[in-house]
Amino acid sequence: MKNKIVWLTLCLASFLTATAQNRYFTKTGHIGFYSHTSIEDINAINDQVTSFFDIATGEMVFSVLGRSFQFAKPLMQEHFNENYMESEKFPKASFEGKIADLKTCDFTNSGKYPVKVAGKLTIHGVTKDIEAAGNLTIDKDKITGESVFPINPEDYGIRIPSVVRQNIAESMKVTVQMNYQLYTAKK
Amino acid sequence: MKPRNLLFLIFMLVGTSIKAQNLNDLLAEESTDGPQPVEALFKATRVINGHSVRQLKKGELDYRISHRFGRVNSGAYEFFGLDQSNVHFSLEYGLLDRLMVGIGRGTYEKTIDAFVRYNIANQQRGKGAFPLTISYLSTIEAIGLKWSDPSRTNYFSSRFSFMQQLLIARKFSKMTIQLMPTFVHRNLVPTEMDQNDLLAIGVAGRYKLANRLALTGEYYYVVRPIPQRTTQKMYNPLSFGFDIETGGHVFQIMLTNSQGMREGGFIGKTTGSWMKGDIHLGFNISRVFTLNSKKK
Repeated sequence: MKNKIVWLTLCLASFLTATAQNRYFTKTGHIGFYSHTSIEDINAINDQVTSFFDIATGEMVFSVLGRSFQFAKPLMQEHFNENYMESEKFPKASFEGKIADLKTCDFTNSGKYPVKVAGKLTIHGVTKDIEAAGNLTIDKDKITGESVFPINPEDYGIRIPSVVRQNIAESMKVTVQMNYQLYTAKK
Repeated sequence: MKPRNLLFLIFMLVGTSIKAQNLNDLLAEESTDGPQPVEALFKATRVINGHSVRQLKKGELDYRISHRFGRVNSGAYEFFGLDQSNVHFSLEYGLLDRLMVGIGRGTYEKTIDAFVRYNIANQQRGKGAFPLTISYLSTIEAIGLKWSDPSRTNYFSSRFSFMQQLLIARKFSKMTIQLMPTFVHRNLVPTEMDQNDLLAIGVAGRYKLANRLALTGEYYYVVRPIPQRTTQKMYNPLSFGFDIETGGHVFQIMLTNSQGMREGGFIGKTTGSWMKGDIHLGFNISRVFTLNSKKK
């Protein structure tokens, strides 16, 4: 009888740890980029970024469709997908990484914590190691992740023809803002 | 193994399997996409002479200049057609994302023309996607030439011709195919033998060779139930070209057997034959300006 109780407790414990609520997610994260040159400014926003964040391990994953970037000019949007990102061939960009200094964040206490994220960024089928600084803002059961970092399109094999070289910045400013909610697995 | 041990093992396994479902799997699960629009079936609003399903979005202004030289078989005296030229200018504008209008002027038959085009449906990809892009085009054209016979009673309405067309297109990766069932009505035709109403079916295609370069082709089969007895034999228009894109410009260079650059002209009045070498070199230049950008 005693044994049975021990077993059952163990079973329950293993089950509980497995379903522990340490995963946060969003399907409406924002990623934007901004290119500034003396000729023109290009600004694009994507409000349909899917991301998961595990507060126990610090792991973060992002997935974003090239076609969901919205531009001020429809023609820019088309050129972005057709000529630069080649969204037919490479529909998604993704990031897989980890918060390096997770220990500095106290997820039970509301507040703003500066963090460093490192991982692999895949754009246009090319994967590069990347590191970015950002902030985690914890407000009860909501977590907001923010970061601003530069990327060079040419590092990801995106060719920019010389005729438009003057119109597109060498380095673009990428802005990330994720409003995470607690993830509960679907039944 | 004792049953309770087995039970524990199962619980452990189930537990760890849930835990092992990594973030990437979750990501793939959650980011299942709904239907997404397929863009850029064509790069310009014209395939070559006729319209493509390419729509001007709201606030986009397209200024087009089209040029057709003379026939390449006209010999060295005409510098193989380059001495002659026909020009067509047009201004086209997207009133709504799905509705565009345009006006134009052509030197061929001194025409003034206008059109309205409505985008009925768009091709999508993903689950539950709509397979085709469909647009409806209606054009009106007025010939400005002096009357060939001023002694007869000439009506103003005789200058007009009209066209109704459905544009149905689908993009297959690098290739786009478009069908154009067409109805042309001419108020006045040269002889009694000519039909006022013409039915035609057009087929057009685009093949993307590189990011900014595509091969295009266009053909209209014109239904002529009565054998042609007029002195001037009419041919079906057939054209081939290249689309070259640079920023907001699309440059189209083509070979065609028709001189007209508007439906009334090239569908009903193509007199050139490819077999005889009645081929015109030509080009279209399109420059798109975005007049009102979406405020973000």
